[in-house]
Amino acid sequence: MTRVVYSEGEDRHATPADYLSGGWSIRSWLLTVDHKRIAWLYAVSITLFFFFGSAAALLIRLELLTPAGDLLSAESYNRLFSLHGIVMVWFFLIPSIPATLGNFLLPMMVGARDMAFPKLNLLSWYIYTLGGIFTIVAVIAGGVDTGWTFYTPYSTLFSNSAVLAAAVGVFIVGFSSILTGLNFVVTTHTMRAPGMTWGRLPLFVWANYATALIMVLATPVLTVTLLLIGLERTLGIGIFDPALGGDPLLFQHLFWFYSHPAVYIMILPAMGVVSEIVACFSRNPIFGYTGMVLSIMAIALFGFIVWGHHMFVSGQSLYAGILFSFFTFLVAVPSAIKTLNWTATLFRGRISFDAPMIYALSFLELFTVGGLTGVFLAALALDVHLHDTYFVTAHFHYIMVGGAVTAYMGGLHFWWPKLTGRLYSRAWATTAALALLIGLNLTFYPQFLLGYAGMPRRYHSYPDEFSILQVLSTLGTGVLALGYLLPLIYLSWSLRRGEKAGPNPWDAKGLEWQTPSPPPVHNFRETPVVEEGPYAYQ
Amino acid sequence: MPTNKSRPAVQFDDMDQQRHAGLLGMWVFLLTETLLFGGLFAGFAILRLQHGAVFAEATGHLNLPLAAINTALLLTSGLTMALAELAAGARLRRATLRWLLATIALGTLFLGIKGFEWYSEFQRQLVPVLNLPFHYSSELPAASGEQPVAAVAELFFNLYFIATGLHALHMLVGLGILAAMLWLAHRWRRPDRIDRQLRIAGLYWAFIDVVWIFIFTCFYLLRA
Ligand code: HEM
Ligand SMILES: [Cu+2]
Repeated sequence: MTRVVYSEGEDRHATPADYLSGGWSIRSWLLTVDHKRIAWLYAVSITLFFFFGSAAALLIRLELLTPAGDLLSAESYNRLFSLHGIVMVWFFLIPSIPATLGNFLLPMMVGARDMAFPKLNLLSWYIYTLGGIFTIVAVIAGGVDTGWTFYTPYSTLFSNSAVLAAAVGVFIVGFSSILTGLNFVVTTHTMRAPGMTWGRLPLFVWANYATALIMVLATPVLTVTLLLIGLERTLGIGIFDPALGGDPLLFQHLFWFYSHPAVYIMILPAMGVVSEIVACFSRNPIFGYTGMVLSIMAIALFGFIVWGHHMFVSGQSLYAGILFSFFTFLVAVPSAIKTLNWTATLFRGRISFDAPMIYALSFLELFTVGGLTGVFLAALALDVHLHDTYFVTAHFHYIMVGGAVTAYMGGLHFWWPKLTGRLYSRAWATTAALALLIGLNLTFYPQFLLGYAGMPRRYHSYPDEFSILQVLSTLGTGVLALGYLLPLIYLSWSLRRGEKAGPNPWDAKGLEWQTPSPPPVHNFRETPVVEEGPYAYQ
Repeated sequence: MPTNKSRPAVQFDDMDQQRHAGLLGMWVFLLTETLLFGGLFAGFAILRLQHGAVFAEATGHLNLPLAAINTALLLTSGLTMALAELAAGARLRRATLRWLLATIALGTLFLGIKGFEWYSEFQRQLVPVLNLPFHYSSELPAASGEQPVAAVAELFFNLYFIATGLHALHMLVGLGILAAMLWLAHRWRRPDRIDRQLRIAGLYWAFIDVVWIFIFTCFYLLRA
């Protein structure tokens, strides 16, 4: 039986107004508590930060075009890669998929009218913005030169740059992820529509749920660590200072206790997006749904016990190194299971190569390369050679840019008709997706070779023999830039001029497609009743 | 099911769902808080292992009797808070008010004693920050490993002030919440809502209790 619930004052015969019809006044956006509008607030802010961080990357790559350090001084180079890392990690990647697509879709996918705590949801965006302001202040005040990792004693005793302002920015933005995480966990637990059992949740919801748990459990450790860094820098409390009996390695332990799980905050939602796209465009149910769910939870769980793989050569004990190496191999298993299951989902599917699918297939290639090289790095002996070289840079860029950002683009293209009610140009989208795939491989593959040959990371000059590979990498950056700029243009264009999409242009399953595009204010006219699993294709 | 006259917020189907979400929200928030203090305690544990003798001796410079009284006060406030929740559950306005007031009084007393303790540490020149004079007398050999004993003692007191300071900050927030609840209970407009919110506030208050127990154990009791 259908349970019909109307919200206060709603007329059951009127066509419900869509969420954008509430107007375009500044007030209607800045004071909204609608999760769909908050998703847009986030989308605009993270896009700004993305282009900000990309500008820094572009300068880095231009400097590396020639062996001599000619474009930038060593000091400015340090500031640029620190800025790039801080902005991309905390102000783009961590919030990217959860705060935009997750915010928009999670309540719809579980069949709810909104998040459990709509006001906290808005608050989280304001906190994000405040953190962002501090980071920009740090840049204006001369930038940071510690790298995104804030290692002591650079960050406490030796750095003369605006470490404090930057650390405060990251400290603040942490609270926004905590609030987003809290909202996701509670929404998934308590707001599911009748019939939406745990076994019927789309993998996108599972992935965001696991991500939310990591946000709630890992972020506070970063918060307290940055608090200690701030106190150390201002008051000299000595916790990380050996002269007072403190322990600099303690900082690295605390930092990576957060930052390794944080890489799963970036990749798990991406995996969620890819699951939805792969199922829809091969018209097959996801192969091994239960295995996928267990893998998601295993990744989230094991992610907490592998942080020491960042410290193999930092002077932690050999036994610690062996254990961390073993656990790191272990965490690669569920990642591999997921990759194989996506591939199996494609098997005998009716595959169509629309733009979202091209992004998803690119993800499979890029994530596989990135993940496998992670396994190389987890081998103790090999890591002595590869640690702090471009090999590591290539590894995590394959996953974070190749995996997470590509999936974000794929998700954006998949749900764009739902978000806006409009279709975009298919030809342009295909071009952009292909540019992205080519650009990514061209930019980052040479970096594996560079690192393996001994090129260290974070240097602004290099010996002549690395020249060819460095030039290739910079060329790739150009192609990559095209892949990111094109969508900005044709997607904006489609906002006003694009063809009307209708509720379900991809003929996809999932509750979010059962409601008009753009969706009404409270998502559904009636609380839906769910009677089948999430991937009832065929 | 008994019909509930009050209306849930628009995103919820019924009051039960709303109550459940509120409580779960607080539980998840407390998970976050646990890891926040967890990071601090992990740091403490590692440094304690490295400098056992100095830390044990420095512990003796803190005021154990006052801290013990404070522990008793805070645990009692946990009881009065639970009684306030029960009273609100039974829709007894006066009893709710009375127990809430008692909780607030105990919490304030705790902070007062804590403030006095800090002040006496300041007088004994045991506050190592802001270029305040730091004088630490010790019977240990002059150095612990490679560092002078006084430097390591400084580290201990820094950790102590950070941990108790962070806890006091949480107490202040807790007292603010209780004050708001007191006002709501005084007006007694929607008892079911007061009941619901008091249970959420009670979880937070209990959490502050537990954190204090850990601080008490680590900083006051570990003397050997
Ligand atoms: C298949 C699973 C993975 C394995 C086995 C793995 C393994 C490793 C290892 C051993 C290192 C340390 C290398 C060194 O510094 O010498 C490392 C670094 C790194 N990994 Fe992964 N990784 C995996 C997945 C990921 C994912 C999913 C991300 C991001 C979304 C990621 C991001 C990073 C980053 C950012 C660093 C370098 C941090 C820095 O030093 O700045 N990894 N990885
Ligand atoms: Cu890691």
